[in-house]
Amino acid sequence: MTPSGSGEIVQFDNVGLRYGTDREVLSDVSFTLYPGSFYFLTGASGAGKTSLLKLLYLSQRPSRGGIRIFGTDAITMPRERLPAMRRRLGVVFQEFRLVPHLSAFDNVALPLRVAGFAESEIARPVADMLEWVGLADRMEARPATLSGGEQQRVAIARAVIGRPQLLVADEPTGNVDPEMAVKLLRLFEALNRLGTTVVVATHDVHLLKKVPESLIMRLDKGRLSDPTGALRYPPRRPVGPA
Amino acid sequence: MKRPLKLLSVGSRGLNEGAQTELVPQVRMSGPIPWVIAIMVMMTVIASAGGLALRNIASAAANELSGGITVQIVEARSDVRNQQALQAVALLKGQSDISHIRTVPQEEVDALVEPWLGTGMDEAEVPVPALIDARLSGAVTQARLDGLRNALRARVPSARVDAQSSWLKPVFGAISALQWLAIALVLLLGLATAAAVLLATRTALGSNRETIEIVHLLGGTDQQIARIFQRSTAMAAAEGGIAGLAAAVIVVVLVGRRFAGLGAGIVNGGSLVWIDWALLVLIPIGGVVLATATARWTVLRALARML
Repeated sequence: MTPSGSGEIVQFDNVGLRYGTDREVLSDVSFTLYPGSFYFLTGASGAGKTSLLKLLYLSQRPSRGGIRIFGTDAITMPRERLPAMRRRLGVVFQEFRLVPHLSAFDNVALPLRVAGFAESEIARPVADMLEWVGLADRMEARPATLSGGEQQRVAIARAVIGRPQLLVADEPTGNVDPEMAVKLLRLFEALNRLGTTVVVATHDVHLLKKVPESLIMRLDKGRLSDPTGALRYPPRRPVGPA
Repeated sequence: MKRPLKLLSVGSRGLNEGAQTELVPQVRMSGPIPWVIAIMVMMTVIASAGGLALRNIASAAANELSGGITVQIVEARSDVRNQQALQAVALLKGQSDISHIRTVPQEEVDALVEPWLGTGMDEAEVPVPALIDARLSGAVTQARLDGLRNALRARVPSARVDAQSSWLKPVFGAISALQWLAIALVLLLGLATAAAVLLATRTALGSNRETIEIVHLLGGTDQQIARIFQRSTAMAAAEGGIAGLAAAVIVVVLVGRRFAGLGAGIVNGGSLVWIDWALLVLIPIGGVVLATATARWTVLRALARML
């Protein structure tokens, strides 16, 4: 039985998703994510990882089933409430999706500006964050002049700068060297320790071993399996804020 | 030692939009929109100036002719005509509601008919009526005209009395039609401006779709995104409006001088006064408001179809 109540961050209940009239890319997906947990979402290319993440970061509505995010029904939620929900999320898009005519600094500052922070509040945290991801000397660079790895780090900095309650990252280490990949995972772990629920989609099996406390969800042709018992209630290895 | 990372909690701020910082740089409206607005404003100002001038002409003419009557002594024999003209003047002077009486001098009458009859005509062959110009206090009504006609008929049988305003009734009708035409033109130009802004905004929305989606996914509201387009539209409209107003003022002043050079009485009344110029200056401001509101409406409608 799936628990309900104030404990969950996300609850999927028999969710199906199809684009247009094509076959379902996600079928009967049910799981619950709990506050302060760290999840890896794995699966081969085309298994539906990105589609599932799109549902998580409210970019897509499912074709069927129910989704609750932060205790709110995401299917029937009026459009006007979406911005407030999205501000509680951090997203690292697979294709980065940086605003091309903004500098690295302005891209990272964007979630804070959207949320109405004053410029005086923004400058220091954004600069520190860029320094932390090794881009202190590239703050004014436009995305087009950054390498793939640098763009990815800007995208990650933008996703975490607002200390989200749920961080969703789609292949966040795909374009960085192993050393930087570990460093970024440490950043995710640090956020996780602060109470952020982290979901990282990856097909890199080596990455899974880097976060021993993580739980693994596996997608196979749009269907979810549960190799570490992440979806069970209570989880096989309960995790939460330190 | 490195400072610990400081993260700001965005989620805890709810839907705060307090800071009006630009989220992304101004979206440039597609190329010709300031020019389109400049042309629209120029034409609107010229059409409005025309409408205002016509209103002034009508108003001046109405004031001038208000209460005016003309008494014609239509008599072929000049001695009888002159005698009846004197009798008519005497009789009119006895009327308490007539404030001004003037017998139009023969030279003026000759000048009036000169375009049709030429000069040096023989009075005996082509008799011309004697004219008396008079002004009633208050408006000329049919009852007052009938009263005067009855009073004159007994002693001056050749007298014909007409209200001066009735001669210009077709002119007033034409002026009124032209005024309505000017109003229709202004409305059509406003519609065309709104349509041009709508198309330009849709184009700008299309070319900035990716940025809009990102801002949406980061929690940006429709209002925040609409503000980006509103500002750029207002800037483009202000640039175009100022240019259009400047060009239109030059045209209106030059055309006004040409009409002033005609020296025709009725046209002189069409000069624009300061309140007219103030109204014309309001047109580009109205253009900016219209363009900005149209852009906002277009963006909000388009965004409402996105998740």
